[in-house]
Amino acid sequence: MKNYALMFLTLITFWVLLNSSVDPEVLVIGSGVSLLVSLIFCAKCDVFSEINFTPKAIVATVMFIVTFVSALVRANLSITKRVLSPSLPLNPGIVQVKTKLKSKVGRMVLANAITLTPGTFTLEIDGENLYIHWVDVKSGDQEESTKEIVSGFEKYLELMYG
Amino acid sequence: MGNILDILGGIFLVVGSLSLLIASIGIYRMPDFYNRIQVGTKASTFGLLLIVVGVALISPITWIGKLIALMLFVLFTNPISSHVIARAAYFTKVPFTKETKVDKLHDVISEGHMKKVKNNG
Amino acid sequence: MIYTAVAISLVSVLVALVRFVKGPEKVDRIVALDVVSIIGISVILLLATIMKRVIYIDIALVYAILGFIGVIVVSRFLKRGL
Repeated sequence: MKNYALMFLTLITFWVLLNSSVDPEVLVIGSGVSLLVSLIFCAKCDVFSEINFTPKAIVATVMFIVTFVSALVRANLSITKRVLSPSLPLNPGIVQVKTKLKSKVGRMVLANAITLTPGTFTLEIDGENLYIHWVDVKSGDQEESTKEIVSGFEKYLELMYG
Repeated sequence: MGNILDILGGIFLVVGSLSLLIASIGIYRMPDFYNRIQVGTKASTFGLLLIVVGVALISPITWIGKLIALMLFVLFTNPISSHVIARAAYFTKVPFTKETKVDKLHDVISEGHMKKVKNNG
Repeated sequence: MIYTAVAISLVSVLVALVRFVKGPEKVDRIVALDVVSIIGISVILLLATIMKRVIYIDIALVYAILGFIGVIVVSRFLKRGL
């Protein structure tokens, strides 16, 4: 039941965003189509059911967005410096990190966030191991890389996705 | 009031397009594929985000729904598509640059420790 | 100011196309294609602002979806054939 409701809410939100109006006929058509689609296609989609909706999780979501935006800005400043410097300072390598997250959506959001933050790029996910291409490798050790790359986002994502 | 928003939006647009320029200079200058895709993904996503914010500041308020939908879509799908390209490159053995220090993934694959079957796209 | 942004974007399309032509590997060309399609989306957004037509943003959305699917299809083809 929760799956159907969340799918319906997501679909109707996108419908209203794309139409950018809340006229009665738009809402009626949109909710009809969203109800139909979520009833037909959402028999066992457990993607949305892993999200928590406790107040703590909402605070964690806001904090995650703040951390993510600041990391994005820092990533682009460091990339600009790296690209425009004449000597191209590089020290690349692939390191292995571990995540504590269990849910699929949480791992996907973590991988996307790692891709968009300074100098790191998710190359492969294999269960709880993430293989990351790092422009400036500080150490090949697994625990130190985990502390450096993952734990900043992980503490919020653990609260969001359980 | 509208004037201030116009100027602010213009600044966002120019900074965003400069970020796109950084993305293309980066994929031109970097020595190997993996560094190119890092620069390309980060700088182009950031540039597009800034341009969406700038357009939202300049344009009428009714456009903002579509702009938010576009921003969310790009923010979720651009890292995924570059992840897919990078996996295709790694498993078709695209060469690394000489400066590359460690390759943990190669060690794991050659020891046969991967958990999942390696032929699923 | 908005015309400056359009000019800078067009210059960056040219720089990315150099990598598209040169690229030693096939995946280098796909990366260049990805960056060019992102720049194309932002140029369409700038055109929507200049011409004041909201319908262009729908075109940008559809172009984003098609670019994503195209990149994924080409990478899967490179990895294991059709």
